[in-house]
Amino acid sequence: MKPKVVVVGNGPIGHKFLECLLELQGQSESYQIIVFGEEPLAAYDRVHLTQWFETRDAAGLNMVPVNFYADHQIECISGDKVTSIDRDNKTVTSTSGRIESYDKLVLATGSYPFVPPIPGHDRKNTFVYRTIEDLEAITTAAADAKVGVVVGGGLLGLEAAKALHDLNLTTHVVEFAPRLMAVQIDDGGGNLLREKIEALGVSVHTGKNTQDIGNGESRAHKMCFADETELETDLIVFSAGIRPRDELARACDLRVGEKGGIVINNNCQTSDHDIYAIGEVALWGGRIYGLIAPGNTMARAAAHDLMPTDTKSEFDGADMSTKLKLMGVDVASVGDAHADTEGALSYTYVNEVEQVYKKIVVSHDKKHLLGAVLVGDAEDYGTLLQFSLNKIALPENPEILILPAFDGTAGGGLGVDMLPDAAQICSCNNVNKANLVEAVQGGCWTLGQLKSETNAATGCGGCTALVTKVLNAELENLGMEVNTDICEHFSYTRQDLYSLIRVNKIQSFDELITKYGNQEVIPNLGCDICKPTVASILASTWNDYILEDKHRGLQDSNDHYLANIQKNGTYSIVPRIPGGEITPDKLIVLGEVAKRYDLYTKITGGQRIDLFGARSEQLPVIWKELIDAGFESGHAYGKALRTVKSCVGSTWCRFGVQDSVGEAIHIEQRYRGLRSPHKLKMAVSGCARECAEAQSKDVGVIAVENGWNLYVGGNGGMKPRHADLFASEINTETLIKYIDRFLMFYVRTADRLQRTSVWIDNMEGGLDYLKQIVIEDKLGICNELEKEMAHVINTYQCEWKTTVEDPEKVKRFSHFVNSNDIDRNVVFVKERGQIRPATEDERAQCQEQQSNKVIAIAG
Amino acid sequence: MSYEFICSTTNIIINSGRAALVEGQQVAIFRLQTPQGDKYFALQNYCPFAKANVISRGIVGSLNNKLVVASPIYKQHFCLETGVCLEDEAVMLKTWQVLIRDNNLQVIIADQKTA
Repeated sequence: MKPKVVVVGNGPIGHKFLECLLELQGQSESYQIIVFGEEPLAAYDRVHLTQWFETRDAAGLNMVPVNFYADHQIECISGDKVTSIDRDNKTVTSTSGRIESYDKLVLATGSYPFVPPIPGHDRKNTFVYRTIEDLEAITTAAADAKVGVVVGGGLLGLEAAKALHDLNLTTHVVEFAPRLMAVQIDDGGGNLLREKIEALGVSVHTGKNTQDIGNGESRAHKMCFADETELETDLIVFSAGIRPRDELARACDLRVGEKGGIVINNNCQTSDHDIYAIGEVALWGGRIYGLIAPGNTMARAAAHDLMPTDTKSEFDGADMSTKLKLMGVDVASVGDAHADTEGALSYTYVNEVEQVYKKIVVSHDKKHLLGAVLVGDAEDYGTLLQFSLNKIALPENPEILILPAFDGTAGGGLGVDMLPDAAQICSCNNVNKANLVEAVQGGCWTLGQLKSETNAATGCGGCTALVTKVLNAELENLGMEVNTDICEHFSYTRQDLYSLIRVNKIQSFDELITKYGNQEVIPNLGCDICKPTVASILASTWNDYILEDKHRGLQDSNDHYLANIQKNGTYSIVPRIPGGEITPDKLIVLGEVAKRYDLYTKITGGQRIDLFGARSEQLPVIWKELIDAGFESGHAYGKALRTVKSCVGSTWCRFGVQDSVGEAIHIEQRYRGLRSPHKLKMAVSGCARECAEAQSKDVGVIAVENGWNLYVGGNGGMKPRHADLFASEINTETLIKYIDRFLMFYVRTADRLQRTSVWIDNMEGGLDYLKQIVIEDKLGICNELEKEMAHVINTYQCEWKTTVEDPEKVKRFSHFVNSNDIDRNVVFVKERGQIRPATEDERAQCQEQQSNKVIAIAG
Repeated sequence: MSYEFICSTTNIIINSGRAALVEGQQVAIFRLQTPQGDKYFALQNYCPFAKANVISRGIVGSLNNKLVVASPIYKQHFCLETGVCLEDEAVMLKTWQVLIRDNNLQVIIADQKTA
């Protein structure tokens, strides 16, 4: 019988503990694991809770992979709260009356939001900001409200304020302390933060002690403050700090702190050594740690104590430095931000023009950095944090660390080579420099690979720039010229080939390989990697008919036959249905054609109709009929624009604010046939309800009152990714301009078969850089990009129309070059009233009967 | 040993393939332009991985000094001269000799005695 560990609390830290435990499984003894969670949902990412307002999708915050519990034989009990611990009998009891015994118990019950006991604090429409349910309740209440107040101007309070602001409420922040974020930043930083936040339209009231909440005159509530001022509001969100949920521990006489919190040692054991406490419920060194990173470290320490291995992991306090973006304002705090250390000295840099505030706190001998405050520009955070954590000797004039670098000469930055191996780079996931270096040496040569191998920069993301620096430095140290050659036939990347083709006006694969092919490879005839890649670049650049003799042999089978090859060698046909809008007459034609050729029909995810089971020689005949009826190629076979999905929009929908169908058709007809590094999907939604699912597309457009919001880089598929908001409230002309540039920049610079999502993730500088290129025209290439797009648009042709009009081309679709026979190996059977490819057994059976006709399978 | 006429070489576009029916068997015919002149190959059209007659529709080229075709469905490579699969040497496509006479493409058919 395996020993049993029971985890109480299935939040981010409880989940982290499970992950750490599983990581150690196999290296040490294994446990039977049970986890209790009182919320109905499994662990979700509370750190990014505010994202819920953007997506309204709880699944997006989910931290638990599908089948996680089943795969690891963990019993997960959701919606059932543990109510008592019996330490003598080593059992826990839950609300539902369930009694579980334990060998080891882990308390990860977290904290609850503190609501000050002000009279009226429990009136209707007062909330806290902690769970998805809280956010849902706030959203519902906001629908009938005009004014909202957040009590508490700390980190979470400002997030809550942003949420209220985004819900279109007139928003106020009420803070007891004389400044915002009193714990993390000083007066100078606080003042600037306040200015910036007020500029966004949020009123900030500091030094306000709320005395009473009662009935309002113009609004639901009236808040009365100690200085006899008042504020009326419709709803109130309390964000006045947290308190540990230590009631279970108190009831069973575990040691707790005076002000709450379960006392733990370095192994996270409580006063009962079979019981551990981790996260915000735990008190270490007289302190509660209310951030994710220390919680994760505690989870790791507890897991290591349960499963002793060679590597020890303890919790011995944590650095509370933090960097975040609050309402679009960068704020960071490092170490001793208030210069409380004896003899500490500080340097301050204030730039009222750019609205930047920076302060560093150094030791009395100016040798070490003790702390820092950054508001408005937190780029130096990573460097400053490393100086402070690793006690790196400061330069002679420490102020250069925060002074701006004019003409690139000032050398405030920190070479990553100076960092010791133990330097913690990612505090969320405890990744140090040595871990990164080892991973790079082990073959992780891109940021994407490094992130997924080490988990660095996958938490708050604050360390992304530093991780990139370590990556580049290590690649350089290894003397590594990373081989990004596309294949053995060209010593170039796809981007290089693109430039060679465009700059040197290369028109064919033969010309390219003769001039730029790898001379050391003999024979060098190209392959199924470089040929389709070059075919795609040639098409994106010159846009010739892809089945011209010189291009035909380059095309992947789908492009080669202008249809999608299926498992039995037959093809499927997808005519373009722009925006998913189709007339009844055309719908009838599709039905008639499908019936005439006995094709299996299915509606695609992109609002089109797919006709399956056409033999190659049937393709031109079928397309002739479709073209006569007004259809054109849908390019479902190409790495090209597929569909622009739409919802019905303002024309019919009572919620729609713009004509999404019209815009989808406009966009689809503009970019139809554009060949790109990978397939492209787009969508247009007519309002924020987002019925077209635009945020899962490479290019997503969502209508707002004053125009469109543009999203880029979304992806369904194996690794779903929500698109990033790229531009807000732009008009149609700007929208098209941005999409032109975005797409052409993607065509120019992406790797082969790299979707826009991965392309953006791997882009140094990320989304911000992309915005600089596409919106601000930082590189001065937007004009070219637009011209290149215009060429593709102006040279569009329906490839199927060109094909069926040329009898020579049509001949090549016959299955045999020397016979009019068809492929007798293609056999269909019927299922649910339509054909499907026969299985191998069915095919054998059928061939035995010497029949090439469709046979009916009973049942 | 006998020859079967398939088609004129002009029916096969340079660096691509076509399927042909040879004595009831499906054969994939390829034409490659190489530094030594045009070369022709004939292999079984049936892909044992895809279990479909699709080899003729694959992309041809060179890999590790071998002339190859990539099956269009799951992309395994087959050596055009020997029919051996580069990813799994236990798998081999049947091959035929090709003879070009006056731009006529012919396939050499072995006697079936040993079969």
